[in-house]
Order: sequence, then structure tokens, then C-alpha cells
Amino acid sequence: MKLIECRDLCMKYEGVPAFENLTFSIDDGDFLCIVGENGSGKSTLVKGILGLKKYSSGSITFNGVKPKEIGYLPQQTAAQKDFPATVWEVVLSGCLNRNTFHPFYIKENKERAKREIAKMKIESIVRKSYRDLSGGQQQRVLLARALCATEKLLLLDEPVSGLDPIVTSEMYEVIHELNHSGVTVIMVTHDIHNAVHYGSKILNMSKNDYFFGTSDEYITTESFRLMSRGCFHGEGGCFSHGR
Amino acid sequence: MADELIAVFSYPFMQRALIVGVLVSLCAALLGTSLVLKRYSMIGDGLSHVGYGAFAIAAAAGIAPLAFAIPVVVASAFLLLYITRKGKMGGDSAIAILSSSALAIGMIVLALNRVTIDINSYMFGSILALSEEDVVLSVICSVVVCIAFILLYHRIFAVTFDESFASATGIRSGIYNAFISVLTAIVIVVGMRLMGALLISSLMIFPSLSSMRVCRGFRSVTICSAAVSVICFTVGLVGSYFVNVPTGAGIVAVDLAVFLVFALAGRLKEKR
Repeated sequence: MKLIECRDLCMKYEGVPAFENLTFSIDDGDFLCIVGENGSGKSTLVKGILGLKKYSSGSITFNGVKPKEIGYLPQQTAAQKDFPATVWEVVLSGCLNRNTFHPFYIKENKERAKREIAKMKIESIVRKSYRDLSGGQQQRVLLARALCATEKLLLLDEPVSGLDPIVTSEMYEVIHELNHSGVTVIMVTHDIHNAVHYGSKILNMSKNDYFFGTSDEYITTESFRLMSRGCFHGEGGCFSHGR
Repeated sequence: MADELIAVFSYPFMQRALIVGVLVSLCAALLGTSLVLKRYSMIGDGLSHVGYGAFAIAAAAGIAPLAFAIPVVVASAFLLLYITRKGKMGGDSAIAILSSSALAIGMIVLALNRVTIDINSYMFGSILALSEEDVVLSVICSVVVCIAFILLYHRIFAVTFDESFASATGIRSGIYNAFISVLTAIVIVVGMRLMGALLISSLMIFPSLSSMRVCRGFRSVTICSAAVSVICFTVGLVGSYFVNVPTGAGIVAVDLAVFLVFALAGRLKEKR
């Protein structure tokens, strides 16, 4: 079943087209990695899917999931670094989309938050302050919050940026497990190597063109060769045109 | 001591100062936590200068000061929000421009109309400036702010902590931001008479900053800063009466002392 289907999607960034005529779809159970150089419109696309930004033409169709039921893991902001909030407060805030008219949390919300906390194995730090956690722990907390908000679909915006290699691979394992348990995952990343390793499908965005297909198809393309060369050997290929 | 305190609060102007001050400090602390965490600490300062300009124009035109100043300051709050969102200018630059312009316009209007007002009392506040009308207005505003804050507490937390996530899950962040700005503007105008244009913003930021040194959670910071704010105000008010210093300055001095103690306590807690 197609959860999300984008057809001939065009979006603008500050009045200038960010990308044009993008067509792709996300099936139930997919692990889609969105890769591409800086400025290729990845973040704009994420905002479009979440309904935070209007698209100029084309269509996005949702099947069995609403935009506000997507478990979103945004990039961290500078203000969050010293934010006084306990892990419990942060995770619980993921349940807010469930009670539209109720000003406070209900029992189901709290149980849900407990479940997701257990899933992310962060029970021991529930009473700790978010600002005192390591980068990896913070991402687990935000992932638990995202899981509170969704049943089916996670949208992760560069979930491993700034994490050390060991924590990065742990994070990938956690995401991989979630995907295995039936959660559909969309992940924006610069980490091309892990994208093709864990992702089942790849959407490679570049200034004038895009690739959408399975990871196996992707690794045979010229874009992949350019992207991986640029990223692994520092020749700057990442930031030039994809083709 | 008790007799002296009773004597102090037998004056009607001290009673009014206590009622308005406690309520304004409470509201300022509740809103302040969100403002400080969103890096809008200077918004109170900017709006209070606009308030000064508005009061000056009202004095020159001979219209009711609060009735004129509240809409003007609320409009400026919206303007600041809009510039920060859409414009190319940073919020800090926008506040700097707005506050100095408002101050300049106020001074010019006063000079051209040859109005003499006690500038000192507008700048640093005066407990004698409060009327019965101010008391009624501040009670109404504070009750509104407190009820709204309690009902929207979890959503305010979500929007303050992570606006992108909150918006993605269907919370209308823009409305909450506007709402916080409007409430801030009202609290600033009401509190300005007492604290003065230069000192009112300290009521918003000091208690939250102090609490953030020692508290770990958002709820504990909120409760702690509300308590710190009200206590510092009361101690400052009574203290400044006995030592015979300007009230606003006395309150800020107490806030500073508490901040330093909390900062030290926070350090010691970290080391352990």
C-alpha cells in the first residue's frame, strides 16, 4: 500500500524553485533515504510532506496516515542545547497531537510515553534533564517522542549528524529495528554509505534532476558514484552538480 | 518588625504597589521562561521603550495613558514577531531599532508640545504612580494570563522546546507565539508604571534565569521562577521602602542577588 504519493511536485524556497516535477512514493514498510547535495531541496521537501509549507504545483496524497500523524525527528536547534526539560516532559509532548481539545495529558498518553521510553531503552534517564544528556541519548529521547506521535511513519531529518561513529551505528540499528517491526521510515541524510546499506529505496535530489528507485539500482548510477566519491575522499564532489 | 511591616502596608499606595507588583511579577515570570528559552530575552526591554514612547504621546495628546499604550505596544509586539519571522533582519537588531526609535519619538513629542512629565518616574518607575484603575486592570490581566498559561501549559512547552516538531504534529505554533507576545506586551505596559521602562524587563528574565541554574525540568523551572519572582518583588519593595532607594532598582538588586546565589548553587550541584 502506498502511504504517501508525490506526483509532479514543485516547491519553492524563498520564491525560487527548490525542485520541480518530483514524482515518488512511499510504500508501507519502506525505508526511504533522501540524499542529495546542500541546497537540493531536501529540507523543503520534508516541510512539504509535513504540511508546514505549501507546494506550488503537483500533488501529495496520503493513504492511511495524516500529515500530523507523522513521527518527525527534526534537526536539533541551538536553543535546545541548554533547555531545562526532563526526558519525561520531552517524550510526553509527542502525545499532544492525540488530544486536540484536552488541555492536559490523559492516562493513555502517559502509558504510551512509558512504552516508547522502554522501546528506546532510556528508562534510566527519565528524570534527567535533556540538556545533561549525550548527543546519542538526546536523539533517543527525540525518537521516543516521535514514536509517541505516530503509529506508522517516521520522518528523520539527519538523525546522526554530530554523533560519533559508535553512537551513529547504534542509532542506525535502532532505526533499522523499528523499520523491521513495521514502522515506515523516511530519513534525510548525508551519510550515503549507510543510506544504501540500510535504506530499501533512495531518493537522490540534485539541482536539475533526481533519482528515485531501490538502493540496488541506485548504486549502479553515476550520481551514486559522484556522491560517494565526494563524501568519502573529500574531493568536493558532494557539492558540485550530481550529473 | 511585624509592627513596622503592618505600618508600611497601612499606606494605600503601598497596598496598591504590593497587589499590582505581586500579580505582575507572577505573570512576568510565567511568560519569561518561554521568552528566555526562545532567545527573546530582549523583547521585554524593547517593548518597554515603546511603552515609554506611547505614554509620552498620550501625555502630550491628553488621552488615557494605558488605553493608548496597550494597543500600541501589542502592535509593536506583532511587528517584532513579523520582522523576526519574515524579514532579513535578526530579532536583536529589530528590537534595538524599535526601542531607540520609540524613545526618540517620545522625547521629541514631549519637547515639541512642551509637556513636562516626571521622566525619572517613567524610566525607573514610581510606586506613587499607581491608580485604582491600574490595580483593577492589573488584576484582570493577571487572572487572564494565569488561566491561559495553565490551560495552554503543555502546548506552550511543546512550542518553546521545539517549534518544528510542534507544528508538524498539528499545534499552530504561530498562534501561540502571537499569544505569548500579546500577553508579554500587556504585562510590560501594566508593570511599567511600577518598575519603569528601563527595569521592567528584568522581572521577565531574572527569575527564569535564576531558576534555570538549579532546576532540571520545565515545570520545576516554571514553578520556581514564579516563586522567586514574587518573593524578590516583595522583599525588594519592602527593603527599598526602609532603605529609601527607588523601588524598581531595589527589586532588581534583590533579583540580581538571588541570581548570583542560584548560579553558585548550580555550580556546586554540578561539581558533586
